[in-house]
Amino acid sequence: MRTPPAIHFKDIEQVFPGKSGAPIHALHALDFRIERHEFVSVLGPSGCGKSTLLRLLSGLMLPSDGQVEVFGSPIKGPRDDVGIVFQRPTLLPWLSVIDNVTFPMRHKYGRVTPDDRKRGLEMLDLVRLGDFADKRIDELSGGMQQRVGIARALLLDPDILLMDEPFSALDALSRDEMSFELLRIWRERPKTVLFITHSIPEALLLSDRIIVLSERPGTVRDEIIVPFARPRTLETMADPRFTEMANSIRRRLFSHPVDGGEA
Amino acid sequence: MTSPTPQTAAQTRLAALMQPVRMTPRRRLLDMLDRFTPFLAFVAVLVIWEAATHIFAIPSFLLPAPTAILGAGIAVDPMVWLDHIWATVRVALTGYAASIAIAIPLAVALSDSRFLKRTLYPMLIVVQSTPVVAVAPIIVVTLGAGDLPRVVITFLIAFFPIVVSTTTGLMATPDELIELSRSLRAGRIREIYQIRLPYALPYVFSALKISVTLSIIGAVVAEFVAAQSGLGYFIGFSTSFFKIPQAFAGLIVLVVISLVMFRAVAWVQNRFAPWSLPKSERK
Ligand SMILES: Nc1ncnc2c1ncn2[C@@H]1O[C@H](COP(=O)(O)OP(=O)(O)O)[C@@H](O)[C@H]1O
Ligand SMILES: [Mg+2]
Repeated sequence: MRTPPAIHFKDIEQVFPGKSGAPIHALHALDFRIERHEFVSVLGPSGCGKSTLLRLLSGLMLPSDGQVEVFGSPIKGPRDDVGIVFQRPTLLPWLSVIDNVTFPMRHKYGRVTPDDRKRGLEMLDLVRLGDFADKRIDELSGGMQQRVGIARALLLDPDILLMDEPFSALDALSRDEMSFELLRIWRERPKTVLFITHSIPEALLLSDRIIVLSERPGTVRDEIIVPFARPRTLETMADPRFTEMANSIRRRLFSHPVDGGEA
Repeated sequence: MTSPTPQTAAQTRLAALMQPVRMTPRRRLLDMLDRFTPFLAFVAVLVIWEAATHIFAIPSFLLPAPTAILGAGIAVDPMVWLDHIWATVRVALTGYAASIAIAIPLAVALSDSRFLKRTLYPMLIVVQSTPVVAVAPIIVVTLGAGDLPRVVITFLIAFFPIVVSTTTGLMATPDELIELSRSLRAGRIREIYQIRLPYALPYVFSALKISVTLSIIGAVVAEFVAAQSGLGYFIGFSTSFFKIPQAFAGLIVLVVISLVMFRAVAWVQNRFAPWSLPKSERK
């Protein structure tokens, strides 16, 4: 018997009540799985339901139809065993860096034990902010703030890490730097990663596999296995196949075979 | 190995640029002038005012000279001053405290409940749109003697900005943090006091700064209507006896009290929640 996949979106339909009466069909017959410790990117136009995937996986809402399974058991409500990194770092400006990292403990249990703090400091070391533990949030750059966000998401040592366009608010240079940093962190702490992005090169550089979603209602349009050897480096991006794959994904994203018009 | 090489032209130019600024006496004077510009402008206005009243022989019941105001202020017994100041400050601070104590929990309730937002909020706007000055005499008749009617009037004036601003702040919390809180199943209470309320602090403090001066206005308005002491009462009776310089002295004391109370709130914010200040205002 095979072990169940880490994440399984099973035939998901998601319909939101629209403002003007017409319901919004956000996800349609969405079905894919992610194996344990696999790094999978979800790529798709904005508004196609990517963030909705993340909310379903963290149990913040249930799908209109179908179900989401984690290691074979269906999600029934909010769960904290998935770490989430958001598009904006969304840190608490009144807390120091370390207190932000341990905030989930304080928030969930009302207190932070010395052990939690030790783990928080470990996580800060992992994201290379060990020397910044007692700094204020507004003393950090955008990239550093996002590292704090990653450290916070890793605090409870989740099996699954969800990242919703985590680097899209960063400038191009920090963005590349953070991509390599994320790969390093993932190597040191293997996790099952669901990485949401609308950047094709980012998805290619980071992932084992790319799930391409269609426009709304989002459904799996394409699944691309990324062949580049790990560890990935700047050389990977210089590989002619990299550009070739990026172009072919881009071409497919901009054609609309389902529309029935010209393909 | 490294023999002293002759300086290149570029190095010489750079060295010249990097010279510390020399403080010539002239420069120092300009520096001082720049620092004290606001103060100097203020003094200049006083001087012009003083001169104008003498040159144009403006009668003191129209516009008393600053020196006349000062003289009238000094002529009043300090104990009398303290009495009036204490009466006004007492009412203002009580009304202010009451407005904070009621407005903030109310804002939490409003931000948390769609029902309250749709029922209570419109009513609050109606209350706010009623000119409190016009209602003041009614309140005095209803609530009778003592501080109570004055505190209520102050409360009515100071309270609304705090409710509106705090509600806005509570709603401005990033959705992601709320999602984080929900996924941790931390509960409503912790969501409010560990995330929403701190997030609202910048909004709360802007309102607190506005309301603290409003509370002085409220107390004075109430004293105009009915009081036996307080600076509003003091200004009222000074005017009715045509002691205009004395009325002006009362006005200036009011301005000073307002400024001090405003600074006090700003100090509290700076001391206990410096992150809630815009970067330019942080010390
Ligand atoms: N809670 C909600 N209520 C109503 N509509 C929603 C809700 N959440 C998402 N939507 C709609 O569903 C669609 C997909 O949203 P989202 O998952 O945020 O897209 P993406 O992250 O891919 O940009 C959008 O059209 C959005 O307006
Ligand atoms: Mg999104």
